Amino acid sequence: MRIGVVRFPGTNCDADVFQMVENSSHEPVWLWHQDRFDVKSVDSVIIPGGFSYGDYLRCGALASRSAVMKSVSEFAEQGRPVLGICNGFQILCESGLLPGVLLRNESVKFIDDWVELSVENGNEYFAKKIPVKKRFCLPIAHGEGRYFAPPEELKKIQDKGQVWLSYVKNPNGSLKDIAGLMNEKKNVFGLMPHPERAMQSWMGGTDGGLFL
Amino acid sequence: MKWGVKIMPRDALLDSQGRAVENLLKENHFQLEQCRVGRYVEISTTQASEDKAREEIQKMTQFVLYNPLIEIFSIERLDK
Repeated sequence: MRIGVVRFPGTNCDADVFQMVENSSHEPVWLWHQDRFDVKSVDSVIIPGGFSYGDYLRCGALASRSAVMKSVSEFAEQGRPVLGICNGFQILCESGLLPGVLLRNESVKFIDDWVELSVENGNEYFAKKIPVKKRFCLPIAHGEGRYFAPPEELKKIQDKGQVWLSYVKNPNGSLKDIAGLMNEKKNVFGLMPHPERAMQSWMGGTDGGLFL
Repeated sequence: MKWGVKIMPRDALLDSQGRAVENLLKENHFQLEQCRVGRYVEISTTQASEDKAREEIQKMTQFVLYNPLIEIFSIERLDK
């Protein structure tokens, strides 16, 4: 599979994601933020974490209006798989491809830790090797990971089975312990934890290897 | 023309920045009930018509400056 890895100014998990794709026996290709891309040229797209455009204005806001995201939207509208990790999740929310928004952590502190997670609803694209309700561990590193959506939107998300991953112990005040989310069509995914940082035992865990 | 766009978190939202500032001020014995933290953006425009310029500022705000889920905004002319 050819997987596009998007790079913005300030993205800092791009090389790790590139390597995660290679380690999972797929072919990674870079996608540059100022360029549109041919939606037929890749099989899926990953938006890595970091601080795109310095997190100016709101995290993910500027990146979500960039040229590459117009192609990502077009790609997603065709029902093809998109994954946003950490800042990538924030960008997908800001672009409207996922509902809701990620706010500053309840504690107002940047949290860098390992968390236990559970798969709430499965899908056919990402982390499908992890059974529903099975617990696993990944690292988080974010200042703005508190998921928020208005009550009616949140109810819709739950009713339609769009909660992908949840925290076993909520670290940031996220509504309904949401750590990962999918769109209604279940082809666009966002999660705050970093699977690409849990690929080898020397990293502290290998559960990230179950994602692609 | 110079314009100011004030963007504030919605009242119903837990404003963690505002709460942190509020707590610090209270710890330092300032008398206050509540503090909320927003953002202020200044923009200069080149249009001759004030109405057209205001409309353009409104479009810019809705395009990227604010997120309607969590924020409200107001626009003011600064050089009048």
